[in-house]
Amino acid sequence: MKEMSRRQALALGSGLVAITLLPLPATASIEEVNEDIKKFTGGAEAAESAIIKLEVPEIAENGNTVPLSVSVDSPMTADNYVKRVILLAEKNPNPGVATFHFTARSGVAEASTRMRLATTQNVVAVAELSDGSFHMTKSTVKVTIGGCGG
Amino acid sequence: MAKSKPRVKAPKSASKGEVITIKTLISHKMESGQRKDKQGNVIPRSIINHFTAKFNGEVVFEVDIEPAISANPYLQFKMRVDEPGEFEFIWNDDDGSVYTKKQKLKVG
Amino acid sequence: MELKNKATVSALGVAFAALLVPGLLAGGEALALPEGIETVKVAPTSKDHPLDEILSGWHFRSPETQALQEDDFENPAFLWVEQGEELWSTVEGAANKSCSSCHDDASETMATAGANMPKWNEALGKPVNLEQQINHCRTERMEADAWKWESTQLLAMTAYVRNQSRGEPVAVQTDGPMKPWFEKGKDIYYTRVGQLDMACSSCHEGYYGQQIRADRLSQGQTNGFPTYRFKWQKIGSLHRRFKGCMKNIRATPYKVGSDEFLALELYTAWRGQGLPVEAPAVRQ
Repeated sequence: MKEMSRRQALALGSGLVAITLLPLPATASIEEVNEDIKKFTGGAEAAESAIIKLEVPEIAENGNTVPLSVSVDSPMTADNYVKRVILLAEKNPNPGVATFHFTARSGVAEASTRMRLATTQNVVAVAELSDGSFHMTKSTVKVTIGGCGG
Repeated sequence: MAKSKPRVKAPKSASKGEVITIKTLISHKMESGQRKDKQGNVIPRSIINHFTAKFNGEVVFEVDIEPAISANPYLQFKMRVDEPGEFEFIWNDDDGSVYTKKQKLKVG
Repeated sequence: MELKNKATVSALGVAFAALLVPGLLAGGEALALPEGIETVKVAPTSKDHPLDEILSGWHFRSPETQALQEDDFENPAFLWVEQGEELWSTVEGAANKSCSSCHDDASETMATAGANMPKWNEALGKPVNLEQQINHCRTERMEADAWKWESTQLLAMTAYVRNQSRGEPVAVQTDGPMKPWFEKGKDIYYTRVGQLDMACSSCHEGYYGQQIRADRLSQGQTNGFPTYRFKWQKIGSLHRRFKGCMKNIRATPYKVGSDEFLALELYTAWRGQGLPVEAPAVRQ
Protein backbone atom coordinates (compact mmCIF):
# COMPACT_ATOMS: atom_id res chain seq x y z
CA MET A 1 0.00 0.00 0.00
CA LYS A 2 1.28 3.39 -0.90
CA GLU A 3 0.80 6.00 1.74
CA MET A 4 -1.27 9.05 1.04
CA SER A 5 0.47 12.08 2.40
CA ARG A 6 -1.16 14.82 4.41
CA ARG A 7 -0.24 17.22 1.60
CA GLN A 8 -2.01 15.09 -0.99
CA ALA A 9 -5.12 14.66 1.08
CA LEU A 10 -5.35 18.36 1.79
CA ALA A 11 -4.70 19.28 -1.83
CA LEU A 12 -7.48 16.92 -2.91
CA GLY A 13 -9.87 19.00 -0.93
CA SER A 14 -8.49 22.39 -1.84
CA GLY A 15 -8.73 21.56 -5.52
CA LEU A 16 -12.41 21.23 -4.95
CA VAL A 17 -12.59 24.52 -3.18
CA ALA A 18 -11.21 26.18 -6.28
CA ILE A 19 -13.90 24.53 -8.36
CA THR A 20 -16.77 25.23 -6.03
CA LEU A 21 -15.83 28.86 -5.51
CA LEU A 22 -16.94 30.04 -8.95
CA PRO A 23 -20.12 32.08 -8.47
CA LEU A 24 -21.20 32.44 -4.88
CA PRO A 25 -24.90 33.07 -4.65
CA ALA A 26 -25.58 35.37 -1.75
CA THR A 27 -27.32 33.68 1.12
CA ALA A 28 -30.65 34.88 2.46
CA SER A 29 -30.63 37.10 5.49
CA ILE A 30 -32.54 36.41 8.69
CA GLU A 31 -34.62 39.50 7.85
CA GLU A 32 -35.68 37.87 4.58
CA VAL A 33 -36.67 34.71 6.41
CA ASN A 34 -38.65 36.67 8.98
CA GLU A 35 -40.25 38.64 6.17
CA ASP A 36 -41.34 35.39 4.50
CA ILE A 37 -42.79 34.10 7.75
CA LYS A 38 -44.66 37.39 8.26
CA LYS A 39 -46.05 37.19 4.75
CA PHE A 40 -47.22 33.65 5.45
CA THR A 41 -48.87 34.50 8.80
CA GLY A 42 -50.19 37.87 7.70
CA GLY A 43 -48.29 39.42 10.57
CA ALA A 44 -49.59 37.05 13.24
CA GLU A 45 -47.25 35.52 15.78
CA ALA A 46 -45.89 32.05 15.04
CA ALA A 47 -44.72 30.54 18.30
CA GLU A 48 -42.52 27.47 18.57
CA SER A 49 -44.84 24.56 19.17
CA ALA A 50 -44.62 20.84 19.83
CA ILE A 51 -47.58 20.00 17.59
CA ILE A 52 -45.43 20.50 14.48
CA LYS A 53 -42.58 18.08 13.82
CA LEU A 54 -39.82 18.36 11.28
CA GLU A 55 -37.74 15.32 10.40
CA VAL A 56 -34.42 16.03 8.70
CA PRO A 57 -31.04 14.29 8.82
CA GLU A 58 -28.53 15.60 11.34
CA ILE A 59 -25.85 15.39 8.66
CA ALA A 60 -26.54 15.49 4.93
CA GLU A 61 -23.88 13.81 2.79
CA ASN A 62 -24.66 16.17 -0.05
CA GLY A 63 -26.75 19.32 0.00
CA ASN A 64 -28.34 18.55 -3.36
CA THR A 65 -30.74 15.99 -1.92
CA VAL A 66 -31.75 16.34 1.71
CA PRO A 67 -34.81 14.31 2.71
CA LEU A 68 -37.41 16.12 4.79
CA SER A 69 -40.68 15.15 6.48
CA VAL A 70 -43.09 17.45 8.24
CA SER A 71 -46.14 16.48 10.29
CA VAL A 72 -48.65 18.40 12.38
CA ASP A 73 -50.74 16.88 15.12
CA SER A 74 -54.36 17.58 14.11
CA PRO A 75 -57.67 15.68 13.91
CA MET A 76 -58.00 16.84 10.26
CA THR A 77 -61.78 17.25 10.42
CA ALA A 78 -63.78 19.77 8.39
CA ASP A 79 -63.72 22.31 11.23
CA ASN A 80 -60.30 21.56 12.71
CA TYR A 81 -57.49 20.92 10.27
CA VAL A 82 -54.08 22.07 9.08
CA LYS A 83 -54.37 24.41 6.10
CA ARG A 84 -50.78 25.03 5.09
CA VAL A 85 -47.18 24.38 6.08
CA ILE A 86 -44.39 26.57 4.74
CA LEU A 87 -40.78 25.36 4.69
CA LEU A 88 -37.90 27.82 4.72
CA ALA A 89 -34.13 27.34 4.62
CA GLU A 90 -32.42 30.15 6.52
CA LYS A 91 -29.15 30.26 4.55
CA ASN A 92 -30.15 29.28 1.02
CA PRO A 93 -29.88 31.93 -1.73
CA ASN A 94 -33.66 32.23 -1.38
CA PRO A 95 -35.27 30.95 1.81
CA GLY A 96 -38.39 29.45 0.20
CA VAL A 97 -38.41 25.66 -0.17
CA ALA A 98 -42.07 24.66 -0.52
CA THR A 99 -45.57 25.24 0.83
CA PHE A 100 -47.81 22.23 1.44
CA HIS A 101 -51.56 22.86 1.22
CA PHE A 102 -53.51 20.27 3.17
CA THR A 103 -57.26 19.69 3.33
CA ALA A 104 -59.48 17.84 5.76
CA ARG A 105 -59.37 15.05 3.17
CA SER A 106 -55.65 14.64 3.84
CA GLY A 107 -56.64 12.61 6.87
CA VAL A 108 -53.20 13.12 8.40
CA ALA A 109 -51.21 16.35 8.03
CA GLU A 110 -47.95 14.80 6.93
CA ALA A 111 -45.79 15.25 3.81
CA SER A 112 -42.24 14.51 2.66
CA THR A 113 -39.97 15.83 -0.04
CA ARG A 114 -36.24 16.31 -0.82
CA MET A 115 -34.61 19.72 -0.73
CA ARG A 116 -31.41 21.53 -1.61
CA LEU A 117 -29.41 23.11 1.18
CA ALA A 118 -26.53 25.40 0.27
CA THR A 119 -24.81 25.04 3.62
CA THR A 120 -25.25 23.97 7.22
CA GLN A 121 -28.33 25.81 8.42
CA ASN A 122 -31.70 25.81 10.13
CA VAL A 123 -34.76 24.61 8.31
CA VAL A 124 -37.94 26.32 9.53
CA ALA A 125 -41.49 24.98 9.24
CA VAL A 126 -44.56 27.07 10.04
CA ALA A 127 -48.07 25.59 10.05
CA GLU A 128 -51.35 27.46 9.66
CA LEU A 129 -54.33 25.79 11.30
CA SER A 130 -57.98 26.27 10.36
CA ASP A 131 -58.54 28.16 13.64
CA GLY A 132 -56.11 30.84 12.42
CA SER A 133 -53.25 29.88 14.74
CA PHE A 134 -49.64 29.50 13.58
CA HIS A 135 -47.11 27.01 14.90
CA MET A 136 -43.39 26.88 14.21
CA THR A 137 -40.47 24.51 14.55
CA LYS A 138 -36.80 24.57 13.49
CA SER A 139 -34.14 21.97 12.89
CA THR A 140 -30.46 22.21 12.02
CA VAL A 141 -28.94 20.21 9.18
CA LYS A 142 -25.18 19.96 8.85
CA VAL A 143 -24.32 19.86 5.17
CA THR A 144 -21.18 18.04 4.12
CA ILE A 145 -19.13 20.12 1.74
CA GLY A 146 -15.77 19.51 0.16
CA GLY A 147 -15.71 15.81 -0.40
CA CYS A 148 -14.36 14.05 -3.46
CA GLY A 149 -16.92 15.35 -5.90
CA GLY A 150 -15.83 13.65 -9.09
CA MET B 1 -34.45 14.07 -19.76
CA ALA B 2 -36.07 15.94 -22.57
CA LYS B 3 -39.64 15.41 -21.48
CA SER B 4 -40.64 15.07 -17.86
CA LYS B 5 -42.08 11.74 -16.84
CA PRO B 6 -44.10 11.29 -13.68
CA ARG B 7 -44.20 8.17 -11.52
CA VAL B 8 -46.89 7.57 -8.92
CA LYS B 9 -47.18 4.94 -6.22
CA ALA B 10 -50.64 4.83 -4.68
CA PRO B 11 -52.77 1.88 -3.58
CA LYS B 12 -55.16 0.44 -6.15
CA SER B 13 -57.70 -0.34 -3.45
CA ALA B 14 -58.36 0.70 0.15
CA SER B 15 -61.06 0.47 2.79
CA LYS B 16 -63.41 3.32 3.66
CA GLY B 17 -61.93 5.65 6.26
CA GLU B 18 -58.38 4.39 5.69
CA VAL B 19 -55.61 6.98 5.39
CA ILE B 20 -53.40 6.01 2.46
CA THR B 21 -49.88 7.14 1.51
CA ILE B 22 -49.21 8.47 -1.98
CA LYS B 23 -45.70 8.86 -3.39
CA THR B 24 -44.88 10.80 -6.54
CA LEU B 25 -41.70 11.46 -8.48
CA ILE B 26 -41.16 13.34 -11.73
CA SER B 27 -38.04 13.59 -13.86
CA HIS B 28 -36.96 17.23 -14.01
CA LYS B 29 -33.60 18.96 -13.70
CA MET B 30 -35.06 21.78 -11.54
CA GLU B 31 -32.70 24.43 -12.88
CA SER B 32 -32.61 26.88 -9.99
CA GLY B 33 -31.77 30.12 -11.80
CA GLN B 34 -28.81 30.47 -9.40
CA ARG B 35 -26.23 28.81 -11.60
CA LYS B 36 -23.98 30.29 -14.25
CA ASP B 37 -22.66 28.60 -17.37
CA LYS B 38 -18.98 28.50 -18.36
CA GLN B 39 -19.30 31.92 -20.04
CA GLY B 40 -20.64 33.42 -16.83
CA ASN B 41 -24.23 33.81 -18.04
CA VAL B 42 -26.99 32.95 -15.61
CA ILE B 43 -28.77 29.75 -16.61
CA PRO B 44 -32.45 30.72 -16.53
CA ARG B 45 -34.68 29.18 -13.91
CA SER B 46 -36.72 26.22 -15.15
CA ILE B 47 -38.55 24.22 -12.50
CA ILE B 48 -41.72 22.35 -11.70
CA ASN B 49 -43.44 25.11 -9.70
CA HIS B 50 -46.67 23.49 -8.58
CA PHE B 51 -48.16 20.11 -7.81
CA THR B 52 -51.84 19.27 -7.34
CA ALA B 53 -53.45 16.03 -6.25
CA LYS B 54 -57.16 15.73 -6.96
CA PHE B 55 -59.56 12.95 -6.11
CA ASN B 56 -62.84 12.82 -8.03
CA GLY B 57 -62.13 16.37 -9.17
CA GLU B 58 -61.64 17.75 -5.66
CA VAL B 59 -58.25 19.10 -4.60
CA VAL B 60 -56.92 17.08 -1.67
CA PHE B 61 -53.29 18.25 -1.57
CA GLU B 62 -51.25 20.96 -3.26
CA VAL B 63 -47.65 22.13 -3.14
CA ASP B 64 -46.07 25.45 -4.14
CA ILE B 65 -42.58 24.42 -5.22
CA GLU B 66 -39.48 26.63 -5.07
CA PRO B 67 -36.09 26.09 -6.77
CA ALA B 68 -34.80 24.67 -3.47
CA ILE B 69 -36.62 21.41 -4.17
CA SER B 70 -34.15 18.78 -5.45
CA ALA B 71 -33.89 17.65 -9.07
CA ASN B 72 -36.44 14.96 -9.94
CA PRO B 73 -38.90 16.26 -7.32
CA TYR B 74 -40.26 13.71 -4.87
CA LEU B 75 -43.48 14.28 -2.93
CA GLN B 76 -45.14 12.01 -0.41
CA PHE B 77 -48.46 12.77 1.29
CA LYS B 78 -51.61 11.23 2.78
CA MET B 79 -55.27 11.00 1.85
CA ARG B 80 -58.30 9.71 3.74
CA VAL B 81 -60.44 7.39 1.61
CA ASP B 82 -64.17 8.25 1.70
CA GLU B 83 -65.34 6.76 -1.59
CA PRO B 84 -64.01 5.00 -4.69
CA GLY B 85 -62.91 7.13 -7.62
CA GLU B 86 -60.01 8.47 -9.58
CA PHE B 87 -56.87 10.38 -8.68
CA GLU B 88 -55.52 13.05 -10.92
CA PHE B 89 -52.00 14.29 -10.30
CA ILE B 90 -50.86 17.49 -12.00
CA TRP B 91 -47.38 18.98 -12.28
CA ASN B 92 -46.93 22.53 -13.64
CA ASP B 93 -43.66 23.44 -15.35
CA ASP B 94 -42.23 26.99 -15.60
CA ASP B 95 -42.25 26.55 -19.40
CA GLY B 96 -46.03 26.16 -19.37
CA SER B 97 -46.01 22.38 -19.76
CA VAL B 98 -48.50 20.46 -17.67
CA TYR B 99 -47.84 16.82 -16.83
CA THR B 100 -50.69 14.68 -15.54
CA LYS B 101 -51.24 11.15 -14.39
CA LYS B 102 -54.50 9.44 -13.45
CA GLN B 103 -55.12 6.36 -11.36
CA LYS B 104 -58.25 4.61 -10.13
CA LEU B 105 -58.95 3.65 -6.52
CA LYS B 106 -61.33 0.89 -5.50
CA VAL B 107 -62.98 0.76 -2.11
CA GLY B 108 -63.79 -2.66 -0.76
CA MET C 1 -28.48 24.50 -8.26
CA GLU C 2 -24.79 24.04 -7.55
CA LEU C 3 -24.46 24.26 -3.85
CA LYS C 4 -21.59 26.51 -3.09
CA ASN C 5 -21.08 28.76 -0.20
CA LYS C 6 -18.83 30.37 2.25
CA ALA C 7 -18.56 27.25 4.32
CA THR C 8 -16.39 25.79 1.57
CA VAL C 9 -13.78 28.36 2.43
CA SER C 10 -13.95 27.82 6.15
CA ALA C 11 -13.95 24.08 5.52
CA LEU C 12 -10.32 24.49 4.50
CA GLY C 13 -9.60 25.63 8.00
CA VAL C 14 -11.01 22.51 9.54
CA ALA C 15 -9.46 20.34 6.85
CA PHE C 16 -6.61 19.32 9.10
CA ALA C 17 -9.00 18.16 11.76
CA ALA C 18 -11.12 16.19 9.35
CA LEU C 19 -8.15 14.78 7.51
CA LEU C 20 -8.01 11.03 7.47
CA VAL C 21 -9.73 10.44 10.75
CA PRO C 22 -11.84 7.33 11.13
CA GLY C 23 -15.35 7.58 9.69
CA LEU C 24 -17.73 9.68 11.70
CA LEU C 25 -20.83 8.50 9.93
CA ALA C 26 -22.20 5.15 10.84
CA GLY C 27 -22.75 3.38 7.56
CA GLY C 28 -24.08 0.01 6.58
CA GLU C 29 -26.19 -0.88 9.59
CA ALA C 30 -29.36 1.07 9.77
CA LEU C 31 -31.53 0.01 6.92
CA ALA C 32 -32.91 -2.78 4.84
CA LEU C 33 -31.21 -3.56 1.55
CA PRO C 34 -32.92 -3.13 -1.80
CA GLU C 35 -34.93 -6.05 -3.18
CA GLY C 36 -32.76 -8.91 -4.36
CA ILE C 37 -29.64 -7.75 -2.48
CA GLU C 38 -28.65 -10.16 0.26
CA THR C 39 -25.41 -8.60 1.34
CA VAL C 40 -23.11 -5.63 0.88
CA LYS C 41 -20.06 -7.51 2.15
CA VAL C 42 -18.41 -10.58 0.71
CA ALA C 43 -15.13 -12.42 1.16
CA PRO C 44 -12.53 -12.30 -1.61
CA THR C 45 -12.80 -15.20 -4.02
CA SER C 46 -9.09 -15.55 -4.75
CA LYS C 47 -6.00 -15.73 -2.59
CA ASP C 48 -4.21 -12.95 -4.43
CA HIS C 49 -7.02 -10.46 -3.79
CA PRO C 50 -5.66 -7.26 -2.24
CA LEU C 51 -8.61 -6.77 0.15
CA ASP C 52 -9.56 -8.78 3.24
CA GLU C 53 -13.23 -7.99 2.82
CA ILE C 54 -15.13 -6.64 -0.18
CA LEU C 55 -17.58 -3.89 0.72
CA SER C 56 -20.13 -2.24 -1.53
CA GLY C 57 -20.15 1.55 -1.65
CA TRP C 58 -23.56 1.27 0.07
CA HIS C 59 -21.75 0.35 3.27
CA PHE C 60 -20.01 3.70 3.47
CA ARG C 61 -23.04 5.95 3.02
CA SER C 62 -25.25 7.63 5.60
CA PRO C 63 -28.57 6.02 6.60
CA GLU C 64 -30.45 8.77 4.71
CA THR C 65 -28.56 8.05 1.49
CA GLN C 66 -29.05 4.30 1.97
CA ALA C 67 -32.76 4.86 2.52
CA LEU C 68 -33.14 6.34 -0.95
CA GLN C 69 -31.88 3.08 -2.43
CA GLU C 70 -33.93 0.79 -0.23
CA ASP C 71 -37.16 1.26 -2.14
CA ASP C 72 -37.26 1.23 -5.94
CA PHE C 73 -39.93 3.88 -5.98
CA GLU C 74 -37.94 6.30 -3.86
CA ASN C 75 -34.76 5.66 -5.84
CA PRO C 76 -34.78 8.43 -8.47
CA ALA C 77 -32.59 6.31 -10.78
CA PHE C 78 -35.68 4.28 -11.60
CA LEU C 79 -36.90 7.19 -13.73
CA TRP C 80 -34.12 6.07 -16.10
CA VAL C 81 -34.79 2.35 -15.60
CA GLU C 82 -38.40 2.93 -16.67
CA GLN C 83 -37.26 4.80 -19.73
CA GLY C 84 -34.87 1.97 -20.55
CA GLU C 85 -37.74 -0.48 -20.32
CA GLU C 86 -39.65 1.52 -22.94
CA LEU C 87 -36.59 1.73 -25.20
CA TRP C 88 -36.07 -2.03 -24.93
CA SER C 89 -39.06 -2.66 -27.18
CA THR C 90 -38.76 0.50 -29.30
CA VAL C 91 -38.04 -0.37 -32.94
CA GLU C 92 -35.27 1.73 -34.48
CA GLY C 93 -32.87 1.56 -37.42
CA ALA C 94 -32.84 0.14 -40.94
CA ALA C 95 -33.19 -3.46 -39.76
CA ASN C 96 -36.54 -2.58 -38.19
CA LYS C 97 -35.62 -4.16 -34.87
CA SER C 98 -35.71 -3.39 -31.17
CA CYS C 99 -33.65 -4.96 -28.39
CA SER C 100 -36.55 -7.30 -27.67
CA SER C 101 -36.58 -8.56 -31.29
CA CYS C 102 -33.49 -10.62 -30.43
CA HIS C 103 -33.44 -10.69 -26.64
CA ASP C 104 -37.16 -11.10 -25.82
CA ASP C 105 -37.89 -10.65 -22.15
CA ALA C 106 -35.00 -8.80 -20.53
CA SER C 107 -35.84 -10.15 -17.08
CA GLU C 108 -34.80 -13.57 -18.40
CA THR C 109 -32.23 -12.84 -21.07
CA MET C 110 -30.38 -10.14 -19.08
CA ALA C 111 -30.57 -11.88 -15.70
CA THR C 112 -26.81 -12.30 -15.50
CA ALA C 113 -25.40 -10.15 -18.32
CA GLY C 114 -25.00 -7.13 -16.05
CA ALA C 115 -22.77 -9.08 -13.67
CA ASN C 116 -20.35 -10.32 -16.33
CA MET C 117 -19.30 -7.14 -18.09
CA PRO C 118 -16.83 -6.22 -19.47
CA LYS C 119 -16.80 -9.38 -21.57
CA TRP C 120 -14.66 -10.63 -24.46
CA ASN C 121 -16.12 -9.82 -27.90
CA GLU C 122 -14.70 -12.13 -30.53
CA ALA C 123 -15.92 -10.03 -33.48
CA LEU C 124 -14.19 -6.92 -32.18
CA GLY C 125 -11.16 -8.75 -30.84
CA LYS C 126 -11.40 -6.86 -27.53
CA PRO C 127 -13.55 -6.72 -24.42
CA VAL C 128 -16.70 -4.60 -24.40
CA ASN C 129 -18.55 -3.17 -21.46
CA LEU C 130 -22.32 -2.86 -21.25
CA GLU C 131 -22.50 0.56 -22.91
CA GLN C 132 -20.33 -0.66 -25.78
CA GLN C 133 -22.30 -3.88 -26.15
CA ILE C 134 -25.58 -1.93 -26.34
CA ASN C 135 -24.16 0.33 -29.04
CA HIS C 136 -22.64 -2.66 -30.86
CA CYS C 137 -26.11 -4.21 -31.02
CA ARG C 138 -27.56 -0.93 -32.23
CA THR C 139 -25.12 -0.43 -35.09
CA GLU C 140 -24.66 -4.08 -36.12
CA ARG C 141 -28.05 -5.70 -35.48
CA MET C 142 -30.51 -2.82 -35.56
CA GLU C 143 -28.56 -0.74 -38.09
CA ALA C 144 -29.35 2.28 -35.95
CA ASP C 145 -27.04 5.05 -34.77
CA ALA C 146 -24.96 4.45 -31.69
CA TRP C 147 -26.07 6.42 -28.64
CA LYS C 148 -23.68 9.02 -27.29
CA TRP C 149 -21.87 8.19 -24.09
CA GLU C 150 -23.72 9.67 -21.09
CA SER C 151 -26.79 10.37 -23.23
CA THR C 152 -30.15 9.85 -21.54
CA GLN C 153 -30.88 6.86 -23.78
CA LEU C 154 -27.60 5.06 -23.16
CA LEU C 155 -27.83 5.69 -19.40
CA ALA C 156 -31.45 4.53 -19.38
CA MET C 157 -30.69 1.33 -21.30
CA THR C 158 -27.59 0.58 -19.24
CA ALA C 159 -29.53 1.10 -16.01
CA TYR C 160 -32.41 -1.06 -17.24
CA VAL C 161 -30.23 -3.94 -18.43
CA ARG C 162 -27.96 -3.95 -15.41
CA ASN C 163 -30.96 -3.76 -13.08
CA GLN C 164 -32.16 -7.08 -14.55
CA SER C 165 -29.02 -8.62 -13.05
CA ARG C 166 -29.56 -7.08 -9.63
CA GLY C 167 -28.50 -9.44 -6.86
CA GLU C 168 -26.33 -11.48 -9.23
CA PRO C 169 -22.73 -11.71 -7.98
CA VAL C 170 -20.19 -9.82 -10.07
CA ALA C 171 -18.19 -12.39 -12.05
CA VAL C 172 -15.89 -11.13 -14.79
CA GLN C 173 -13.51 -13.23 -16.82
CA THR C 174 -9.88 -12.25 -16.25
CA ASP C 175 -8.00 -15.06 -17.97
CA GLY C 176 -7.55 -16.06 -21.60
CA PRO C 177 -7.84 -13.11 -23.98
CA MET C 178 -8.95 -10.91 -21.06
CA LYS C 179 -5.61 -11.36 -19.27
CA PRO C 180 -3.70 -8.49 -20.94
CA TRP C 181 -6.66 -6.15 -20.35
CA PHE C 182 -6.79 -7.19 -16.72
CA GLU C 183 -3.06 -6.54 -16.32
CA LYS C 184 -3.40 -3.18 -18.04
CA GLY C 185 -6.25 -2.23 -15.72
CA LYS C 186 -4.26 -3.29 -12.69
CA ASP C 187 -1.35 -1.21 -13.90
CA ILE C 188 -3.57 1.86 -14.25
CA TYR C 189 -5.07 1.23 -10.79
CA TYR C 190 -1.68 1.34 -9.10
CA THR C 191 0.04 3.99 -11.23
CA ARG C 192 0.36 7.41 -9.64
CA VAL C 193 -0.73 10.19 -11.95
CA GLY C 194 -1.58 13.87 -11.92
CA GLN C 195 -0.30 16.85 -10.00
CA LEU C 196 -1.17 15.13 -6.73
CA ASP C 197 0.75 12.03 -7.77
CA MET C 198 -1.92 9.64 -6.64
CA ALA C 199 -3.22 6.27 -7.81
CA CYS C 200 -6.67 4.71 -7.34
CA SER C 201 -5.09 2.61 -4.61
CA SER C 202 -3.95 5.70 -2.69
CA CYS C 203 -7.54 6.28 -1.52
CA HIS C 204 -9.54 3.14 -2.21
CA GLU C 205 -7.16 0.44 -1.06
CA GLY C 206 -5.41 1.96 1.89
CA TYR C 207 -7.92 4.35 3.36
CA TYR C 208 -11.45 3.16 2.71
CA GLY C 209 -13.77 3.84 5.64
CA GLN C 210 -11.84 6.94 6.61
CA GLN C 211 -12.71 10.57 6.09
CA ILE C 212 -10.94 12.60 3.48
CA ARG C 213 -12.02 16.05 4.51
CA ALA C 214 -15.81 15.85 4.46
CA ASP C 215 -16.10 12.65 2.44
CA ARG C 216 -16.00 9.05 3.54
CA LEU C 217 -13.81 6.97 1.27
CA SER C 218 -15.21 3.77 -0.18
CA GLN C 219 -13.41 0.84 -1.78
CA GLY C 220 -14.33 2.25 -5.17
CA GLN C 221 -16.53 -0.74 -5.99
CA THR C 222 -18.42 -0.69 -9.27
CA ASN C 223 -21.41 -2.96 -8.57
CA GLY C 224 -23.83 -0.02 -8.22
CA PHE C 225 -23.18 1.64 -11.59
CA PRO C 226 -24.82 3.31 -13.35
CA THR C 227 -25.49 5.23 -10.14
CA TYR C 228 -27.70 8.14 -9.18
CA ARG C 229 -25.42 10.66 -7.48
CA PHE C 230 -26.68 13.66 -5.53
CA LYS C 231 -23.67 15.56 -6.76
CA TRP C 232 -24.72 14.96 -10.39
CA GLN C 233 -28.45 15.25 -9.61
CA LYS C 234 -28.91 12.43 -12.09
CA ILE C 235 -27.71 9.00 -13.04
CA GLY C 236 -24.20 8.60 -14.46
CA SER C 237 -21.84 5.99 -15.83
CA LEU C 238 -18.82 4.39 -14.19
CA HIS C 239 -16.53 6.05 -16.71
CA ARG C 240 -17.94 9.45 -15.72
CA ARG C 241 -17.03 8.62 -12.12
CA PHE C 242 -13.53 7.53 -13.17
CA LYS C 243 -13.11 10.90 -14.89
CA GLY C 244 -14.23 12.71 -11.76
CA CYS C 245 -11.68 10.87 -9.62
CA MET C 246 -8.91 11.71 -12.08
CA LYS C 247 -9.88 15.39 -12.06
CA ASN C 248 -9.79 15.35 -8.25
CA ILE C 249 -6.19 14.24 -8.30
CA ARG C 250 -5.54 16.83 -10.99
CA ALA C 251 -4.70 14.34 -13.69
CA THR C 252 -5.83 14.55 -17.30
CA PRO C 253 -8.68 12.04 -17.42
CA TYR C 254 -8.89 9.34 -20.04
CA LYS C 255 -11.92 9.53 -22.29
CA VAL C 256 -15.19 7.77 -21.49
CA GLY C 257 -15.28 4.56 -23.51
CA SER C 258 -11.47 4.55 -23.91
CA ASP C 259 -9.41 1.35 -23.77
CA GLU C 260 -7.79 2.66 -20.57
CA PHE C 261 -11.11 3.02 -18.76
CA LEU C 262 -12.31 -0.28 -20.19
CA ALA C 263 -9.24 -2.01 -18.74
CA LEU C 264 -9.76 -0.20 -15.43
CA GLU C 265 -13.44 -1.19 -15.44
CA LEU C 266 -12.44 -4.84 -15.85
CA TYR C 267 -9.86 -4.67 -13.07
CA THR C 268 -12.13 -2.80 -10.63
CA ALA C 269 -14.98 -5.23 -11.39
CA TRP C 270 -12.60 -8.06 -10.39
CA ARG C 271 -11.81 -6.24 -7.13
CA GLY C 272 -15.55 -6.50 -6.42
CA GLN C 273 -15.89 -10.09 -7.67
CA GLY C 274 -18.75 -11.72 -5.73
CA LEU C 275 -20.54 -8.52 -4.69
CA PRO C 276 -24.18 -8.52 -5.76
CA VAL C 277 -24.99 -6.11 -8.59
CA GLU C 278 -26.87 -3.18 -7.03
CA ALA C 279 -27.46 -1.08 -10.11
CA PRO C 280 -28.82 1.50 -10.09
CA ALA C 281 -27.41 2.53 -6.71
CA VAL C 282 -27.80 5.89 -4.95
CA ARG C 283 -24.68 7.64 -3.74
CA GLN C 284 -23.73 11.08 -2.44
